Amino acid sequence: MDSQAIDQILQKYDYGHSSIIAILQDLQEKENYLPEKDLDYVSERLSMPLTRIYRIATFYNAFSLTPRGKYLVNVCLGTACHVRGAARVLDRIKMYLGIDVGEMTKDKLFSLETVNCLGSCALGPIVVIGNEYHGQMTPAKVESTIKKYRKRSSRKKDEKD
Amino acid sequence: MITFTIDGYEVQAEAGQNVLEVALDKGFDIPHLCYHEALKPYGACRLCVAEVTSGKRTRLTTSCNYPVIEGISVQTSTEKVIRARKMVIELLLARCPDAPIVKDLAREYSVGRPRFTADNDDCILCGLCERVCREVVGPDAITFLGRGSSRKVGPPLEINPKTCIACGACVYICPTDCIKLKENEKERTIVRWGRTLPMKTCVVCGRSFAPWFQLEYFRKITEGIPKDFWDKCLDCR
Amino acid sequence: MRRINNPQELEKIREEILTRRDPNKPCITICSGTGCHAYGCEKVAEAFRAEIRKRGLEESMDIRTTGCHGFCERGPVVVINPEKIFYQRVTPEDAGEIISETLLKNSTIDRLLYTHPQTGEKIVREDDVPFYQGQMRVIFGNNGKIDPTKIEDYIAIGGYSALAKVLTEFSPEEVIDTIKRSALRGRGGGGFPAGVKWESCRNARGDKHYVICNADEGDPGAYMDRSLLEGNPHSVLEGMIIGAYAIGSDEGYIYVRNEYPLAVRNVGIAIDQLRDCGLLGENILGTGLDFEIKVNRGGGAFVCGESTALMASLEGQAGEPRAKHIHTVESGLWDKPTNLNNVETWANVPLIISRGVKWYTSIGTETSKGTKIFSLVGKVNNTGLVEVPMGITIREIVHDIGGGIPGNGELKAVQTGGPSGGCIPESLIDIPVDFDKLTEVGSMMGSGGMIVMDDRTCMVDIAKYFLNFLKDESCGKCTTCRDGTRRMYEIVDGITRGEGRAGDIELLEELSWVVSEASLCALGQTAPNPVLSTIRYFRDEYEAHIKDKRCPAGVCKALITYLIDQEKCTACGRCKRVCPSEAITGEKKVPHKIDPEKCIRCGACIAECKFDAIEVV
Ligand SMILES: Cc1cc2nc3c(=O)[nH]c(=O)nc-3n(C[C@H](O)[C@H](O)[C@H](O)COP(=O)(O)O)c2cc1C
Ligand code: SF4
Ligand code: SF4
Ligand code: SF4
Ligand code: SF4
Ligand code: SF4
Ligand code: FES
Ligand code: FES
Ligand code: FES
Repeated sequence: MDSQAIDQILQKYDYGHSSIIAILQDLQEKENYLPEKDLDYVSERLSMPLTRIYRIATFYNAFSLTPRGKYLVNVCLGTACHVRGAARVLDRIKMYLGIDVGEMTKDKLFSLETVNCLGSCALGPIVVIGNEYHGQMTPAKVESTIKKYRKRSSRKKDEKD
Repeated sequence: MITFTIDGYEVQAEAGQNVLEVALDKGFDIPHLCYHEALKPYGACRLCVAEVTSGKRTRLTTSCNYPVIEGISVQTSTEKVIRARKMVIELLLARCPDAPIVKDLAREYSVGRPRFTADNDDCILCGLCERVCREVVGPDAITFLGRGSSRKVGPPLEINPKTCIACGACVYICPTDCIKLKENEKERTIVRWGRTLPMKTCVVCGRSFAPWFQLEYFRKITEGIPKDFWDKCLDCR
Repeated sequence: MRRINNPQELEKIREEILTRRDPNKPCITICSGTGCHAYGCEKVAEAFRAEIRKRGLEESMDIRTTGCHGFCERGPVVVINPEKIFYQRVTPEDAGEIISETLLKNSTIDRLLYTHPQTGEKIVREDDVPFYQGQMRVIFGNNGKIDPTKIEDYIAIGGYSALAKVLTEFSPEEVIDTIKRSALRGRGGGGFPAGVKWESCRNARGDKHYVICNADEGDPGAYMDRSLLEGNPHSVLEGMIIGAYAIGSDEGYIYVRNEYPLAVRNVGIAIDQLRDCGLLGENILGTGLDFEIKVNRGGGAFVCGESTALMASLEGQAGEPRAKHIHTVESGLWDKPTNLNNVETWANVPLIISRGVKWYTSIGTETSKGTKIFSLVGKVNNTGLVEVPMGITIREIVHDIGGGIPGNGELKAVQTGGPSGGCIPESLIDIPVDFDKLTEVGSMMGSGGMIVMDDRTCMVDIAKYFLNFLKDESCGKCTTCRDGTRRMYEIVDGITRGEGRAGDIELLEELSWVVSEASLCALGQTAPNPVLSTIRYFRDEYEAHIKDKRCPAGVCKALITYLIDQEKCTACGRCKRVCPSEAITGEKKVPHKIDPEKCIRCGACIAECKFDAIEVV
């Protein structure tokens, strides 16, 4: 991200050290991960040691130091989803995408992550892809659900071409 | 002055002190791995547990971060204390099977082979390195990373901390001796952090004596000292 | 809305709003909570709006999008007022029909009504749905009545009258005394008496006092705090302003879980509205009270629900707990006296003030007063949020409100208290639910997760699940918690993989003792509970895994085999199509077979078979 855009975020929080978590959240929202050079810039502008920034960036689940795919596939492993078989859904997704949790597919389309409860427990097992919730998932539904996104993305590409 | 008892003996301490430092000062033996008198107590290793009675309540607690309070009584080696300490040692031994300090503790407390799979780690995550660097030396070059069972200690990007001056304080303080320093005429390396800095030679005697970057750091943070002070080695100053 | 300068003006505005509204005017209420969002309620709402516009019915009916009604599983939920006709699983295509039939012709649409699972009877009114019948929705019920983004709606149902009452009639000490007499206990987990906490904080010396609302809701499987904050943010804010007055604070924070974007949005809107109309900021209602509230998003760390970790996080640090030898009411956020309460605790406050201590204490048990919202989820027919009086039995919650166990499953246990809690076996479901009883049986109230488990739930697997959660969510500082939970996980994981050895249970118990006694914060101190409670009540299940290398519930992959019952199989071929590892073979008309060597035990086939022919042994 260009330094101006980062400065805008920093200004929004008055360059306050206590707002560092919110600053990183905003940064990540824009970039979809936390690029090294952006963090260097934040550290410099806030006069905040890099150690503190990385401590936070690696402590909280919300942050990623590596790029994420176009669609984030987030599998809920909360208790309610677990007792309804979320682990089996996750296994199937891993197998289908050929990646482990925390990784990105080669075509950069999907990243796989897990979350402990999204607060939609009544609909478990829940899988969120992009911003869309998919409730009552089963291993058998995995392929068709993910395929939709693959199609959507290639359609968008076609439109562009 | 605050008066309380340790293993039945009355002791006195200043407000603001912690139970461990008072106990050590008076000659009581409480094992501890993450405490150092020059640093803020952290309470990570859990080895310094003691039973503390305050009012009607008695409980197991770490002594390094327990403030001295008038009238409390501290027991340093009850059955419960020993039981907890032995398990802490067993956990640490399983984590770092080759660390001499942990092996010694295991011998002292008759902890045999751990019942858990050995990890072959060499760091007990006491955080002494991290604190000495920030609190005493100042470059704040290393930190804890991650959380839970994947917590680590290291430089922000896990390699080559940009602010490390290769002073060696962390090397010196590490209880498991897992931070190594290598040095020759030309450069000094803190192996664990992957930090290598070129050495500077003394303007008087011409010997190589300290990393160049380190001297710049000190030059910057010290005032009133003649600038060329940092160009001379310890012997020539 | 215009600025409200004093309590009298608030009353006037309320009257104005109410006279403008006709209680008998039909109103289509569409749930817009996160649950219904997942089912596409937005499109449903759009369809209704379009339909009303098309037919020019804007004047004759209202439309309102509300917060969660609790019965999310049945979403999108639509309730037609004033008759309170309850429609479930509504699609955009139904909008037209609902308007023509129900709103214009007063007849109901059978297809969209809730069907009683036992009697098959169609139920028309919301209150008659068994899921709602056993509930006492004094806090959560308002969610269905208001649009959370409209302060007028909250004022219309009596909102901020408790605040006005307190500011005009009560001294801060009297507020504290009222909360103390109400015996309100914290809903965030520990059940600490709220009034006592407020008093200690008020009395703590310091030039500044903070109040905080804990909306981190980390218990995986619980979501009542989210639904309250999302569906009725003003009730929580009103509680906080009252608390600020009582404690003497001029600055408050709400720490919301990162995963709850809608809650963050709605509470943000509510705060802006409050500022605009003078109910927040300087000189609130002209009474001289100054109070500001800021919203902070968490970063996705369970441990940040712990009070000291939460405060560290608010200060912009990693959420690492600190020793609490000095309490946070004396030295909390920025080392100032700080009072932290849970979302639901705050939401109870206006209710206690408006309806009085006598009424409030008439609900509940000797030691636990009022109601509690539970998130009733897992293997139960009616899943969702239920608000019940303290003292109700688990049986009533699971069987009457929850409608029992799906399929032909049997209730095995109920997990409460999240990762700090335990599993309560079926044999104990007649205990009254309150703070102390749950602790007595080895679990705890926690924040209100209630996960129902049936005979297809493996209790060793559940213990493993929580240990896995805790070893990742521990902050990692204490040897006992970080390495202790990891070692416990390894042992239990071994047991589920058929590598259990004699002595494992005893080693788990030994570790449990140390982890709970020698860890710094309550996360570590309570971490062994899920293991200890499952050992306590389901030891035989552990032993079956260890000695017989068998998983009685048919869950642990290494110990089970999938088999096709050759009698039942109709050779329909569905299972074969979904099997990811080509483990199923069979020609047309010949019963199919599973090759145990190739089968990866993914469970896909079993969900697919319509003839119940696949079994797990
Ligand atoms: C690991 C851990 C997680 C917690 N998570 C939450 C939480 O998500 N929400 C909450 O209100 N309280 C949580 N608590 C309890 C809080 O520390 C605190 O006791 C509570 O918010 C106080 O409010 P109350 O008295 O109104 O319950 C947690 C405690 C621990 C130890
Ligand atoms: S050697 Fe580097 S990391 Fe170690 S204390 Fe010195 S400056 Fe810090
Ligand atoms: S490297 Fe050494 S000093 Fe640093 S945390 Fe590990 S054991 Fe402690
Ligand atoms: S008990 Fe666990 S979560 Fe709490 S401080 Fe210790 S390591 Fe961190
Ligand atoms: S459990 Fe999975 S792998 Fe095994 S037969 Fe069924 S579908 Fe195939
Ligand atoms: S789905 Fe069931 S009935 Fe159909 S082939 Fe498979 S086992 Fe047989
Ligand atoms: S457990 Fe999955 S949404 Fe709550
Ligand atoms: S010395 Fe006290 S916990 Fe390590
Ligand atoms: S979100 Fe609609 S009923 Fe819960």
